[in-house]
Amino acid sequence: MFIIKYKKIFISLSIVLVALSFLSLFVFGLNIGIDFKGGALTEVVYKTSRSNQADLEKSLLALDFGSVLLQPTEELGYIIKSRALTDPEHTLLLETLSQNNQDNTNTLTEMSFNSIGPTVGQELTRKAIFAVILISLAIICFIAFTFRKVSHFSGLGRQAVASWKYGFIAIITLLHDVAIPVGLFVVLSHYYGAELDTLFVVAVLTILGLSVSDTIVIFDRIRENLRNQNTIAKINFEEIVGKSLEQSYLRSICTSLTVILVLLALFFFGPVSTKYFALMLTAGMFFGTYSSIFLASPLLVLVEAWQKKK
Amino acid sequence: MREIPQTFKKIILALIILILGAWIGFFVFKSEIAYRKLAPNTKASTGLAKFPFRLGLDLSGGSHLIYKADVSLIPVNQVGDSMNALRDVIERRVNLFGVSEPIVQVQHGGLISGGEEQLIVDLPGVTDVKQAIDMIGQTPLLEFKVEAPIGTSQNATVGKDGQISVDLSSQFVSTDLTGRYLQKATLEFDTNTREPKVSLQFNDTGTKLFAEITKNNIGKIVAIYLDGAPVSTPVVREEIPNGQAVISGSFTPVEAKTLVGRLNSGALPVPITLLSTQTIGAILGDSAVNAGVKAAIIGFLLVALFLILLYRLPGLIATVSLCIFISIILALFKLMPVTLTAAGIAGFIISIGIAVDANVLIFERMKEELRSGRSIADATSAGFSRAWLSIRDSNISNFITAIILFWFGTSLIKGFALTLGMGVIISMFSAIIITRIFLGVFSFIGEGKVARFLFNSGIPK
Repeated sequence: MFIIKYKKIFISLSIVLVALSFLSLFVFGLNIGIDFKGGALTEVVYKTSRSNQADLEKSLLALDFGSVLLQPTEELGYIIKSRALTDPEHTLLLETLSQNNQDNTNTLTEMSFNSIGPTVGQELTRKAIFAVILISLAIICFIAFTFRKVSHFSGLGRQAVASWKYGFIAIITLLHDVAIPVGLFVVLSHYYGAELDTLFVVAVLTILGLSVSDTIVIFDRIRENLRNQNTIAKINFEEIVGKSLEQSYLRSICTSLTVILVLLALFFFGPVSTKYFALMLTAGMFFGTYSSIFLASPLLVLVEAWQKKK
Repeated sequence: MREIPQTFKKIILALIILILGAWIGFFVFKSEIAYRKLAPNTKASTGLAKFPFRLGLDLSGGSHLIYKADVSLIPVNQVGDSMNALRDVIERRVNLFGVSEPIVQVQHGGLISGGEEQLIVDLPGVTDVKQAIDMIGQTPLLEFKVEAPIGTSQNATVGKDGQISVDLSSQFVSTDLTGRYLQKATLEFDTNTREPKVSLQFNDTGTKLFAEITKNNIGKIVAIYLDGAPVSTPVVREEIPNGQAVISGSFTPVEAKTLVGRLNSGALPVPITLLSTQTIGAILGDSAVNAGVKAAIIGFLLVALFLILLYRLPGLIATVSLCIFISIILALFKLMPVTLTAAGIAGFIISIGIAVDANVLIFERMKEELRSGRSIADATSAGFSRAWLSIRDSNISNFITAIILFWFGTSLIKGFALTLGMGVIISMFSAIIITRIFLGVFSFIGEGKVARFLFNSGIPK
């Protein structure tokens, strides 16, 4: 199998991608949204014409709301980002925005208003961190449980790759699958202003659940082939992994493809609020499949080779 | 000859499942049509229209408010009770304004959510935050005041037009009797004048206080103040021991009715402050629903096309199973009911993709067995039994994520976790059991060339 033959190239490629993701994370930083940071987001649409941005910015400055960010959206709308606003402040903001509506024809419609106090943001941050920790732990336990028996069945005696190493590699693969979409998101948020919100955290956690299954499908196959190997003497670990990959890469791609198909539908046709979510999950699914074929199995062979040398 | 009844049984079973699935799908479709036909304001729906999809605030438009409750003055062991009382009061106030299906819930402070007691109020359809905040924050303050003792200095001012006006507030002094001791307020109409009046019934403590006040002030005025302004200034004729009072200001019937509602909803047991607001306009919600439905349909078609092209007859059968899966899920969304948000719809759409994963694993395995020279029937049963481990494992990991997300999430995340988790469980049923029953029907197809073509994959190897 060519993948095993050129394993070092594929492993290096993954390392480069992960390194780039971390680099972009440090260079661009995370653009944290109001879900976690607290603040207000107001979306308005004018009926006939949008007020002049510079004029509005000047009048908004006079309101003394601190730094207010005014972003034009679509044809006739604005998104206004500011600190969390109280009810009277919110009313004041809307009045300011509709200032040039003297003849009552250019009415202002508030599409959405979202004001999150700092304490609510902190609470959500705490919850998100707990969820990330708990899901990671649960997935690690699950992996450990799934691979608890591999080495017993391998028939390779002392040379067998211990089951915890399968688990360890699965976890490394998982980190890879999460790191790359996060890196992608950081780049997107730098250039297109996407914000790290609750859905981002959900996307990361869902990737954890989705991508681990791909790796398990392939490792399952390796396990099965090892079990069926009767002759202890003439066994080549590399060959078995190669054969297992050959048998299962197609189904691994197909199962991911069905999910990627619906995710693409969600990205292109779905609601605006879940666009980045769908994109992140698509990236997660893609790299999850990629890593289960091009990273997890080569790593397994590499680990076995190191073991032999010792 | 024993084979024939066996096949016959399989066909009957498959037919039953098909009919059941169609019936569920028909229910989903019909109930939605019935609901759409209803006039916008008739909420007391009957029959099938009782089961609409319940849309979350981000789809239906509405307001989501988070209040912080200040429980610092309440003993620790009574916090839970006070919060429940608070919820009841807010719920009554919200109901008073005719909001359909409001949700008022208490979120207790804890390790994860921080030490704050919070109250979360969801008001579907209310997009005017100001109005929403007002209706929740309104506290009617009912007070009973008696004439100040003679000799108390009175503030009087001479107006510009030369009239002397006496400051009423200095004329009356507060008593201990307030709206706190009110048991019930009812709307009545005066039998003679037909004027609306509000009759009050005090509780035990209130009755005692009222008896005392009336006893000490016979022949004098007892002023009834509402929100700091006198609404009624009756003269006491005799002691009233039964704890009944009447406010007969010059109300319009509507005013009187509102007052009764507000008095009955009572004062807040705990002071609250608004922490965060979220309002979504109906237009934005509508476009999100349309986009979600479109994405779901396109996603389904893509998956169906993929399955049929790649797996031929089994793929077609898996598509039928997928249709049944979608019918069951949608029916459950209606019956439970599940509150659908944009994230929830995303979870449902993703579950369509995951639902066929099991089928893909099974069919790939079947193909492999077919190539190794087995008969179609053998390959089918081997495909199902051998793929089971992988299917179980990959579904478990998704299910773990869904459970923890549901446990920890805010309402937005809960919606996603719930639809995804339901999808994972039900897809195991549809993809394995239903597909297997349907495939069993085709055992009559035999082992001919056509049969092997139909069961083979579109990708040659």
